[in-house]
Amino acid sequence: MRIRFDQELDAMHNDLISMAAMVETAISQGVQALKYRDAKLAQQTIAGDTEIDRKERSIESCCLKLLLQQHPVARDLREISTALKMITDMERIGDLAEDIAEVTLFLCDRPAYAAPIQISHMAEATIKMVRDAIDSFIMKDLAKAHSVIEYDDVVDRLFVETRNVLIENIHQSTGDAEQAMDIMMIAKYFERIGDHAVNISEWVEFSITGTHKNTRLL
Amino acid sequence: MTNIKYKIQDLNLHYGAFHALKNISLDLPEKQITAFIGPSGCGKSTLLKTLNRMNDLVEGCHIDGTVTLDGEDIFDRMDVNVLRRRVGMVFQKPNPFPMSIYDNIAFGPRTHGIRSRAKLDQIVEKSLRDAAIWDEVKDRLNKSALGMSGGQQQRLCIARALAIQPEVLLMDEPTSALDPISTMKVEDLVQELKKDYTIIMVTHNMQQATRVSDKTAFFLLGEVIEFNDTADLFSMPQDQRTENYITGRFG
Amino acid sequence: MNGSIALPKEQLRVKHKAPNHQPTQQLQSWILRVLVYAAAIFTFSVLLFLIGYILIRGIPYLTPDLFSLEYTSENCSMLPSIITTVEMTLLCLVIAIPISVFTAIYLVEYAKKGNKLVGLMRLTAETLSGIPSIVYGLFGMLFFVTQLGWKLSLLSGSLTLSIMILPLIMRSTEEALLAVPDTYREASFGLGAGRLRTVFRIVLPSAMPGILAGIILAVGRIVGETAALIYTAGTATELPSSLLSSGRTLAVHMYCLSSEGLHTDQAYATAVVLLLIVLAMNTISALIARKLTKK
Repeated sequence: MRIRFDQELDAMHNDLISMAAMVETAISQGVQALKYRDAKLAQQTIAGDTEIDRKERSIESCCLKLLLQQHPVARDLREISTALKMITDMERIGDLAEDIAEVTLFLCDRPAYAAPIQISHMAEATIKMVRDAIDSFIMKDLAKAHSVIEYDDVVDRLFVETRNVLIENIHQSTGDAEQAMDIMMIAKYFERIGDHAVNISEWVEFSITGTHKNTRLL
Repeated sequence: MTNIKYKIQDLNLHYGAFHALKNISLDLPEKQITAFIGPSGCGKSTLLKTLNRMNDLVEGCHIDGTVTLDGEDIFDRMDVNVLRRRVGMVFQKPNPFPMSIYDNIAFGPRTHGIRSRAKLDQIVEKSLRDAAIWDEVKDRLNKSALGMSGGQQQRLCIARALAIQPEVLLMDEPTSALDPISTMKVEDLVQELKKDYTIIMVTHNMQQATRVSDKTAFFLLGEVIEFNDTADLFSMPQDQRTENYITGRFG
Repeated sequence: MNGSIALPKEQLRVKHKAPNHQPTQQLQSWILRVLVYAAAIFTFSVLLFLIGYILIRGIPYLTPDLFSLEYTSENCSMLPSIITTVEMTLLCLVIAIPISVFTAIYLVEYAKKGNKLVGLMRLTAETLSGIPSIVYGLFGMLFFVTQLGWKLSLLSGSLTLSIMILPLIMRSTEEALLAVPDTYREASFGLGAGRLRTVFRIVLPSAMPGILAGIILAVGRIVGETAALIYTAGTATELPSSLLSSGRTLAVHMYCLSSEGLHTDQAYATAVVLLLIVLAMNTISALIARKLTKK
């Protein structure tokens, strides 16, 4: 039995979970800052991204070390390579949360502008997607991974709705058009976060079935 | 499509009361490398030795079922020495005869009636070249083979097996007694030999099986649990027992 | 830096602590060493004394007379005995080697394991090798000399000695064959060689040094044998003219000389020659063995 190897795999899982938690926090902090025009919180989110980047590095080196030392095959090989791909997507999600915070920081100096309610919904939806994607990896739950992929439609729909509301606002000249454009950017960021969560789920599917987007990789 | 070299059907082998091989059915492809893996005592070496009837020497060995080589039953009408002429074997520990390098290689051809010195010279050189050891030994063909390094001895044994121009090469853990560099040399050589020979190799080294072989059969307690393309078997094993074994979570 | 220096000190201290219970151990090993050396020196000096004694007593009497072709009670020539010894040895080997070597080959290479006959043969061989040589002599006298009517002769003597050395060569050949790694046999069979070819081209050559060692031992026994020969080959002093005539080997000659009590000095001289012959034989066979293994 490979007790040590299993312990190291467990440690890697825990690191992935805590990285996911950091990413979720970044998204929700970003959306909070936007909602309350809280510059301090936005700053905090931006600062938090370095932490996420550091976590990515550490998981990366842990995975490479396992590849070097344990020569994993079959399930182990898929799991470790999936982890390597997942952290790239999570890091990108972290960057997008940082981007949201940066836009928020800019908006804070501007007069109040009511962001469409869909923005908060998008935040909630993407947080759920990221959390479920990581969960499905840890639990090896294929159904959950598929549900994340399907859930992306909800985010896409919310994006279109947000866009429509903002266009309507500009047409009726309610509020600042410039701010509307910035909110539009934020909506796009959320939409991208959703896409990355889908990427993660697709890798989870590979780690369980050996098939990535209907192609055998090995 | 590749041809089937060895067709094993419903093979059962008993050593006295011990049931060593249970209902083995395998089609081993021509000019490919098939690896047999599995824990010690799982029957993989026994099956390998059955393929050139080395088990005939063992007391109380009883075999049922059929094994055909190019469609000919190896137990039925085939003379055992003819079979072994067609199927060469390389053993776990390098076992050169205590004679000169030249005589080691020439032993097989001489056994099969080749006497002409010129012909033998030619066979010796070709075999040593094919085994990628010619350059290392060409100046000391008349020196004892026992003076060579372990890795060289094993390649000499491969050359000796090649000298009888077999169709199949059976290898029983050919690198388990060798250092890593010699192991890599033998692995490279085996890949090279695949062009002309059907190779069947027992190995305890799973990295070796993944590096070298085209097909892998996993044995457990005398049964073949899984037989598949090596890439498939090591990435998506179909049987839980295979998965447990290759990921090292066996038992 | 500090750490790496401190570590050896720590180890040194541990080393110094250990000798507490070492003096007794040291004493024990010292006593043992002295005993071992003493035993070795004793053995060696006894051998040296023996050889020296024989040489000193024998060499002065090594006169040309001792090597004249004809034996008379005047010259006590040993030349006829030397020649008889060589003849006797060759005869015995010619008879015994093929039989014993082939028996051993059968036992090791052909007989199935657990065969009852094999066990019986081993037991017989072991029993035979434990029998005192005088018993062989008596048997030879009763069977070859009296029953078959071959009288006291080279033939009776050599057949008797052959029976005596059979188990010796057989056992050592068996050991030598068993010592040949099975991997050689496997490799040979694996190349399509049959059993006969495997035995004669691979196994026998590898076992040759061991077989030779057995033969050398056997030759030693032939050359040194007296009891079995006195009753079967007799003590005739002249050169045997045929297989059926009697003759004495060097050892028998020496025995006769010393038992008669008239030619003790000549007996010592004979012993010197016997010693040299045995020495020469051992050297030559060692050389042969080395040559065979080198190839």
